[in-house]
Amino acid sequence: MNVYLKQKIAFSVLFLCTLLVIVPVLVILAIIFVKGMSAIDISFLTEVPIKGMKEGGIFPAILGTLYLVLGAVLFAVPLGVLSAIYLVEYSRENFLSRLVKLAIVNLAGVPSVVYGLFGLGIFVLYFEFGASILSGSLTLGIMILPVIITASREALESVPKSFRIVSLSLGASKWQTIRHSVLPHALPGILTGTILGLGRAAGETAPILFTVAAFYLPKLPTSIFDQTMALPYHLYVISTQVPGIPENVRYGTALVLLLLVLLLNLAAIILRYQFRKRKRW
Amino acid sequence: MDTHTKIRKIKEFIIERLIFLSGIMSIIIVALIFAFLLKEGLTLFWQVPLSDFIFARNWYPISDPPQFGILPLILGSVLVTAGAAVISVPIGIGSALFIAEIAPPKTKEIMKAGVELLAAIPSVVIGFIGMITLAPIIKSVFGLPTGLTALSGAITLAFMAMPTIVSIAEDAITAVPRQYREAAIAMGATKWQTTWRIVAYAARPGMLAAVMLGIGRVIGETMAVMMVTGNAALIPHSILQPVRTLTATVAAEMGETVQGGEHYAALFAIGIVLFIITFLINGAADLYLHKTKK
Repeated sequence: MNVYLKQKIAFSVLFLCTLLVIVPVLVILAIIFVKGMSAIDISFLTEVPIKGMKEGGIFPAILGTLYLVLGAVLFAVPLGVLSAIYLVEYSRENFLSRLVKLAIVNLAGVPSVVYGLFGLGIFVLYFEFGASILSGSLTLGIMILPVIITASREALESVPKSFRIVSLSLGASKWQTIRHSVLPHALPGILTGTILGLGRAAGETAPILFTVAAFYLPKLPTSIFDQTMALPYHLYVISTQVPGIPENVRYGTALVLLLLVLLLNLAAIILRYQFRKRKRW
Repeated sequence: MDTHTKIRKIKEFIIERLIFLSGIMSIIIVALIFAFLLKEGLTLFWQVPLSDFIFARNWYPISDPPQFGILPLILGSVLVTAGAAVISVPIGIGSALFIAEIAPPKTKEIMKAGVELLAAIPSVVIGFIGMITLAPIIKSVFGLPTGLTALSGAITLAFMAMPTIVSIAEDAITAVPRQYREAAIAMGATKWQTTWRIVAYAARPGMLAAVMLGIGRVIGETMAVMMVTGNAALIPHSILQPVRTLTATVAAEMGETVQGGEHYAALFAIGIVLFIITFLINGAADLYLHKTKK
């Protein structure tokens, strides 16, 4: 009996650990939803901030984040997918491919503020793009590259070998095989990775601190060489840098950012689920 | 060969070159990051010897003459990271065991979604919540002048490390062959004895990698830690004091520097330190992960 009592206690402790991870998530979400809802209405989402950001909306920050995220994906997806094709379809198990994999692991672990420094050094100063949407997008794009590569690799690897063998045996070239027999089946997986990358890029602050983000800029950007406000940086600014911002404006901004990121993640999860269900091999 | 085939061959040649170039792009980017950090940061060491940079006790970048000793910042990072590890490692490993071995399938899916949700919350939002809810609690519980302390940072960062620890440890636990469990149960072991002495034991390298990656994430975390630790660049004597980490220093001070100046170079030099630390941690974790896969 003793061992079973011990088992009961042990399982309860492990269950408690799991609750300690999950419950705070729900609490955080609940607090932000409850306190942020009252701030959100049409004008909050569509107007520019006024009176030192104490009133008005956050439209420039929302738009800025959308531009940055779009730019990051335009850069990172083609590069990431081609890179995954190289790893899965072309490279052999050798020193070079080991090195590439190690580089990807390290890119995923580089602190976000170091990406910010890198973006400042290479895009803002060396290429003289200045603090601009272009610099910020490229910096974010490099940061989400490992996410895209890893997801695309998994998607390509899940396509059965027989698809390739059949295509090659019919006289198709290697690239034709990849293009017509492998990529279409990997597409949903690649899309899932892309959306996760979008979510990650939308929420990051440190990489855009020195490369694009404007403290307070009520007019909208007109070119990729303009600075812009961005949601995560705006939340940082109004919660630590400017005193006297009404609480519901802060919570409202946090809620808009959270909703944007969570909806993207939810879309990715649903897409992955649908894809797994429909898989016929 | 007709022209059509020829054009196709040329096209494919170009595409395959492009694929190769994209393939090695990750290596190029890692090299570029290191090169640019060195380019902007190394000039500091013309003025400040490396040993002074790392071991000097004062970080006064804008006083005259400026002092660039990052020891208080290193200790700040170490204190916050150690605190976060003490909280997140047992809880993270415990919930990974629960999710992988004990939870029924439906519950398991919900819990995994919850962990993914936590991973998805932007760090600036976690920092905001920590600042507004956790800091006042710590302030009143310990009777402190401010709630923005190393402890607040450690608790906040523990939550940011947990998704990494849980999901990677869970993968490692699930990867333990089923026969191990079956053999243990057949020998008369209880489910708990099997889980703890056989499965957890076999998954050790993967769990170690999970912990290392979690700690790597904590060291590099910037926004949340900047918002909740109080940002005082002093050598900490207790976990209830405000501290400042390496990452927060870079993020907070870069805006005030003159490009090419000493302070600017010093912040890039901190970037070099951070890059090397995370490079080593991630490289080592990767080695352990490969060990598990074999």
